[in-house]
This record gives sequence, C-alpha cells and structure tokens, in this order.
Amino acid sequence: MTSLNNSILSLVTFIPLAGALLLLFFPRRDDDIRRFALIVSIIDFVVSLHLPVHLRRGLPGFQFEIDRVWISNPNIHFHMGIDGISMWLVVLTTFLTPLCVLISWKAIHGRVKEFFILLLVLETALIGVFVSLDLFLFYFFWEATLIPMALLIGIYGHERRVYAAVKFFLYTMIASMFMLAGILWLYAKTGTFDFVTIQAAIRSGQIENFAGAAPWLFLGFFVAFAVKVPLFPFHTWLPDAHVEAPTAGSVLLAGVLLKMGTYGMLRFNLGLFPEQSRVNASWIMVLALIGIIYGALVAMVQPNMKKLIAYSSISHLGFVVLGIFSFTQAGLDGATFVMLAHGVSTGALFMLAGILFERRHTYEIAEFGGLATPMPVYATFFSFIVLASAGLPLLNGFIGEFLVLSGAFRDRPIYGILGATGVIWSACYLLWMYQRVFFGKVKQPINQSLRDLSGRERTALWPTAVAALIMGVAPLLWLNAIDPAVKTALTPFQTVIVSKVVGR
Amino acid sequence: MNSGVPVLPQAADYIRVLPEIVLSIFGMIVMVLDPMLDQKRSQRTLGTIALIGSLAALAATLLQAQYPGLGFWNMVQVDSFSVFFHFLVAAVAAVVILTSYEYMQVQEIRAGEYYALILFGAVGMSLMSSAVELVLIFIALEISSISTYILAGFRVRVAISAESSVKYFLLGSFATAFFLYGVALMFGATGSTSIKVIGEALRSQHVPVLAYIGVALMFVGLAFKVAAAPFHVWTPDVYEGAPSPVVGFMSTAPKAAAFAVLLRIMFEADAPGRVWLIWVVAALSMTLGNIGALVQDNVKRLLAYSSIAHAGYLLVAFAALPNNGIPAAMFYTASYAAMNVGAFAVVSHFGSAGERYVTLEDYAGLGQRSPLLAAALTIFLLSLIGIPITGGFVAKFYVFSAALQANLVGLVIIGVLNSAVASYYYLRVIVVMYMREPREETPVSPIPLGLGAALAVSLVATIYLGILPGRVLDYAARSVEQLAR
Repeated sequence: MTSLNNSILSLVTFIPLAGALLLLFFPRRDDDIRRFALIVSIIDFVVSLHLPVHLRRGLPGFQFEIDRVWISNPNIHFHMGIDGISMWLVVLTTFLTPLCVLISWKAIHGRVKEFFILLLVLETALIGVFVSLDLFLFYFFWEATLIPMALLIGIYGHERRVYAAVKFFLYTMIASMFMLAGILWLYAKTGTFDFVTIQAAIRSGQIENFAGAAPWLFLGFFVAFAVKVPLFPFHTWLPDAHVEAPTAGSVLLAGVLLKMGTYGMLRFNLGLFPEQSRVNASWIMVLALIGIIYGALVAMVQPNMKKLIAYSSISHLGFVVLGIFSFTQAGLDGATFVMLAHGVSTGALFMLAGILFERRHTYEIAEFGGLATPMPVYATFFSFIVLASAGLPLLNGFIGEFLVLSGAFRDRPIYGILGATGVIWSACYLLWMYQRVFFGKVKQPINQSLRDLSGRERTALWPTAVAALIMGVAPLLWLNAIDPAVKTALTPFQTVIVSKVVGR
Repeated sequence: MNSGVPVLPQAADYIRVLPEIVLSIFGMIVMVLDPMLDQKRSQRTLGTIALIGSLAALAATLLQAQYPGLGFWNMVQVDSFSVFFHFLVAAVAAVVILTSYEYMQVQEIRAGEYYALILFGAVGMSLMSSAVELVLIFIALEISSISTYILAGFRVRVAISAESSVKYFLLGSFATAFFLYGVALMFGATGSTSIKVIGEALRSQHVPVLAYIGVALMFVGLAFKVAAAPFHVWTPDVYEGAPSPVVGFMSTAPKAAAFAVLLRIMFEADAPGRVWLIWVVAALSMTLGNIGALVQDNVKRLLAYSSIAHAGYLLVAFAALPNNGIPAAMFYTASYAAMNVGAFAVVSHFGSAGERYVTLEDYAGLGQRSPLLAAALTIFLLSLIGIPITGGFVAKFYVFSAALQANLVGLVIIGVLNSAVASYYYLRVIVVMYMREPREETPVSPIPLGLGAALAVSLVATIYLGILPGRVLDYAARSVEQLAR
C-alpha cells in the first residue's frame, strides 16, 4: 500500500495522458474511440477514489507526496502532494470527465479522435494544477490547460467560436504572465520552486527585500487567478467562452477550470502572502460582492440559457472569493464546498443545456416553453439541479453558501448581508428560467415532438443528481477532510490576530 | 609568435578543427562532382553527400570533445562551449539539407553549389564558436556571411530573391566592417587580438575609452548578424525573398554562431559597458520585433519579425550574471534553432512551386488539408510563444530567471509583457489553420521522406528540450567555468 501511496498522484495525473497517447494510434472508428475514452476516464476516477479513502484526516501538511528532482539546475522538482482541499478538486475533475465523454457521444461528429485526445489531455493538465507543489510544475500545468481548452472551444464550438477561443486564450495567458514574473522573483531570491520551502522562508522572514516586493508579488499572483475565476471586472471572456464552447468544454470550464483560480488564491495568495492578503482583503471582498450581485442581475435578463448559466457561475464564484478572503474557518470551509458543489451542479446544468441544444440547435429561452409535457424526465432532472444550484437546503448548494455567508458575516456584517441577497437572486433567475422553459403550453409545434432523455443521457445525469443529494445531506463526508486543511491554511492569520490583541 | 612555439601545426592542432576540415572536404566533393552529373541525378546525390558531410561533422565534433584545449597558436579553443555550438550548427545544417531535397526539386533549382555553400557556411559558423582570436573570428564571420549572401539569392528566377541577396550583402558588408573596426580599436586599446589577453588587460588596468568604443562597434556588427534592433531592418525583406530552407538555416545557425562570439567577447573578455548596452538593444528588439509581427500577413515576414523578437529575449540573458546568463543563452539558441528550423521546414513544403502559398490566408484550413503538417507547425508555434512542454517555454524561463537573479526587474517586465503580446500573432496562425475553412480544396502534397525526417528531428528536439532540459542545460553550465572566471 505504501508504494501505491507514493505513486498514486502521478498515476491519477497521467492515466488520461497515457490514454490520449494510445488514442493517437487508434484507427478512426468513432465508436471505439468514444468507448476507449470513457473507459480511460472511468479508470482514472476509480483510481482517484483511492485518495479520499486513504487520506488521513486531521494531519497537517500534504499527503501522498512525491518529490523527485526533475531538472537539477535550476532546481526544479517533480513535487506533488495534496491536502483535503486539493484532493476533492482532483476527485471533482475525475468525476466530471467521464460524464463529459458521455455527453459528447453524439454531439461531436467530425474529428472525434482529436476531440477525445484533447479532453483527456485537458484532464491531465487540470489534475496537475491541483496536485503540484513545485511552483514551476504548477505553472507548467497551469499553462498547459490553455491549449486543449482553447482548441476545444475553437474547433468544436458554435458560430463565434474562433473569437471566443482567442479571447479566452489571450485573457488568461496575459494574466498568467504576471504570475510567472512573481514565481521567477521568488526563485531568484530563494533558489527553489518548492512551495513548502518558499512558504517557510517567507514566514521566517529570510528573503531580502520581501517587504517591498510583497505587494507586487501578491498582485501578480492575484491577477492571474482573478482572471481565471473570473472576478468582476475580469469576467468578460467567460460568457463568450461558455456560449461558444461545446457542452463538454463548458462542463470542464465551469466545473473545474474556474476553480483553478479560486484554488490558486487559497493556496498561493493566502499561503504565501498572508499579510498582503489581509491588507487587500477589503477591496477584493467588495469585488466579490459586486460579482455576486452583478452576475446574478445580468443572468436574470439573459435570453440565452447558456449565457444565463455562465453569469450564474460568475455569481457563485463570487461566493467562493468572499469566503476565502473572510479568513474565517467557516468562510474557507464554505468556499471550498461551494467550489465542489458548483462543479457538480453547474456541470449538470451545462449538460442539460447541451442536451436541449442537440435537439433544437438553439439556447434561446424564448424558443421553448411547456417542455415538461414532451420531456417529463428531462424536466425532473432539470428541476432537481436548478434547486440544488439555487441553494435549497438538503441539496449541495446550500451548505457551502451558508458557511461562506456566516464567515463573511463574522468578518463584517454588511458583507454577509449583501452576499445573502445573492442567494435570493439566484433563486429568481434560475426558477424564472425554469418556468419559461418548462411550464405553460407548448408554444412551438416543433417542441411537441422532442425526444425525452436517452439511456446514455440519463447515465450522464444520474451521478450528478446523486452527488448533489449526498453532498447536501451528508456534507461532513467532505468537510471532515476540508476542515483540517483549512485550519492549516489559516494558521498565519490566527497569529496575526493574536499578536494584534497582545499588542494592545 | 614566441620562439618556443613550433612553426608547423601538430596533429593535435588538426583535431581542434576536425569538424571544419570534414565539412570543407565534403563541400569540395560536392563542387567537384556537380559538373559530372546530369541535372536530374545531381539533386539527390549531391544532397546525400552533403547530408553525410554534416553528419560526419557531428561525429567529428563528438570525437573532438574528447580533446579539449587550445590549438593553432592559441587561436582556436575546443571546450564544451565550442562543442555545444559545433553540434548545433552541424545538426541545423543536416536538418536544412533534408528539407532542401524536396524544395530544390519542386522549385527546379540546380542543386550543385547550394549544398556546398551550406557546408562552407557551416565551416564559418563552427569556426566562429571555437575561435578565440578576433582576427580569426572575423575571417570565420566572413566565410559564414558570404555563403549566406549567395544562398539568399538562390531563387534565381525570382526578383525578390535577388533583391534579398543584394540587400543582405550590402548591409552585411557594412556590419562586418563595423566589426573589423571594433577589432582594430580593441587592439589599439589593449595591444592584443586574443580574447583571453584582452580580458586580462581589461581586468588589470583602468579601462580606456577606446575599449568602450571597440566593444560597441563589435557589438554593432554582431547585432546585425543576429538581427537585433535597431540593426534589424534588413530581416523581413531578406527572409521574404530567400528560399525558405535557407531562411530556416540563416535564422538559426549563423545567429547561434554570432551569439557564441558575442558570449565570448562579452563574458570572456569581460567587455566594459556590457549591461546597459544590452539592456537597450534587448528591450528594443523584443518590442519592435513583436509590434512588427502583429501586422504581418506573410508567414515568412511574420517569422522574420518573430526572429527579431527572439534575438531580444536571448540578449536578455547577456545582461545577466555569467553563471546563469551563459547557460540560459546557450539553451535558448538551441531550442530556438529546433523550433525555427522546424517551422521553416513546414513553410518551405507548404509553399509549393514558386513559393506561392506564403500568406496567412493560404494557411486557412491546413488542419484539415494536412493534419500532420498543421500539427507540427502548431507545436513549433506554441514553442515560439513559450507554452509548457516545449523547449521555447523552458528557454524563456531560464532567460528571465537569470535576468531576475541579476536584479534586472525592468527588463524582465518588458520581456514578459512582450511574450504576452507575441502570443497573439502566433496564435493567429494556429487559428487560421484550424478554425477557418480552406479557400481551396486542393490537398497539400504528401510529406516526402526527407522532410518527414527533418520535421521529426525538430519536433523531438523541441519536445525533448521542453520536458527533459536538464542534460543540455548541465552541459551548457559546464562552459561557464571556461568562459567566465
């Protein structure tokens, strides 16, 4: 078992890549390719379940660590490891990928092989981001997610796909350049890319000129993450990318890719620059609040279903940022939980929108109405996920947002109160959309004969519904791993507070 | 010369220039055989001889690496630094010859001197990297330059090719004259043309003003060769007119050699005024190159501007401290050579007869018309952007981190912003290839064996440098001790 523990993270990371390489040599029989991609992604999911089963809850620091020298000079290590936070993000990625394969089964006709290769490469890059503990390795995977995602949007997307792909690529690429500059500065001063070592060096105050550079370093990292999240006002690439992306692209984009940003803030901004985080927290929280309310209001007036879900992501991710920068146990627990819950329910929402698009080739809400009659099963799934996403108690959306809001309230009551309106807004736009699409009479004759869900589509949706329910009923299954990791992440903040109190 | 030095060269001396000898012999064989063969047969035969010649030079370099030291009255020095660049030049020559096989046939150019000139050019470039005496460096520079002037004009039926050759020749002669002037002033300032003696003289005494001028003039000459701004204006025109494989050659091998000379002069001679001079030129090259590339519609011109920008990134390493700057610069030349030769191999195959297809519009839908070619070009372009798993990423990373260790924060910020801008125009090519419908449905002609081999070598090199850069970098780092003390 120890040998497996030592290699499990590289296994989980590279199984999809190995699958993609094998796919390269596959003959162009589309069905075989689809089946193979499904099998690979399911295997990876099963293997990744080793992590939650064997993670020792309550231990500080990282587990399942691998640390090998990759390049001796400069000192770059192949250093991977996870704690309770990153573990669940890894599992979220491996959970969503097989569903993406299923949902793309028929939607992708041309260049099927390339599609699944890109999807699997993307999975490897995403997992790599969450497990890397070497800043170079982290940046390597971080940038590596760009290409498959941009190609997925640009080749398999809808009409304005090229514009969306280029916009996505340039926005996130340019922003991450600032992070690269920050990483290089840290390396120049410490001679290592190792996260843990750099963190220790910063905390013990060994780095020269750190106090002067810290505000810029914090901003460099923060800009890269804020664009990814996306935090208001860096969000303009997101609606375009989502509307144009193929369904699987949207699912991974909303489900996992955006979490790279919030995960980065939690791990690197808070982990490396606690003082700066505290100094900057107030305006960041204001931006998060603007994102929550603005995203929700804009979502409300969208005529396009996919754009509505995209703006709802901006709103939900605002909660995550709000929770992270409240520096409270509840806030961070909640932020992490919202990341997971949002991954599951928004992933499912995008799948549902994609299913409708396959039948009608439009996302316009006005084109539908009364769909509950021809598609009862679909309508049921949709209502379940909408309620989960709107934060109905006992479903997955509720716990996270509740924790975030209680954390934010403890930090500053007005933040909690303003944030809480976001919950109301989200119920408004989601339920209103649901009403317009499913209730009333069937207005368009073509909608009368729409097929209900096929077996494959149900197979793709069931896991999300089950996960949404379990996460709502038994959140402790997740929180018991998240909680200790958050506690570790918050240690420097507690000492800051204590020292202030003592100082007085 | 001292009286104790033998008058005639010894066997050990010949080993120090073994690759150059091998290349010259094969070059002459090509020249001699050319009139004896009829034109149809000559293409392949001469190309193969030249290929064997460049591979033999590779082998000679590996052999030579066992015998480091000085030769020919301390004019030539074999060390890991020179071996690195010898290897690079010979490898680039081999890949370019492979690319040229098909190109010469399609363009109906008589092959003869073409292959010989590539080999002779490689002689000059190799010698540039091992010479430690300024006059010999000048001669090597001339050998390399004159071959490339002629090669640039090899599309004999095309006017812009002749224009390209003449332009390159006229401006290039100016540049070499500058270099020679600099050598003369340096001799005046220090009383020697040996880099080592110059270095000792400059370190031991107060640096005379003449030395500053000498360094500046030599730098101008070399900056022209590497197409660094503000000495870059020739680049787009020359690259546009010259045959594509030749552009692949002259944008990498002579540049690598010129950078090698620059490294020796800047670091071994400990050139005065190094940092600020390079700071300005690097910043200018990156910025002007990238801005110029933004508006290009001709892929060859686009890559020309991109090569100006890359010269700028590379120069950033020269402003850094020797112990990280030198390996970073060497690594950058190697990975730039791999990706740029590869990119031009694709351009020359896709150009077809008369290089008809060179505009961005022509590349529309290449992803469907020739998936392999498009995939290869995509990887080279991603490497030029500097995306992980490619050599270009690691190279840029080393250069910027070396500069940061020398506290050149401003230059790094300029560089980082530039790489962000640059990603746009490379991306444009990828977007056009994959995401736009082809204008013509005609399939691209299948990839012949020679070109396939050239592409495979460049691809493997690009990815290898991106994933396992350790060995190459370690090797480059070993040269630091020899260059900078």
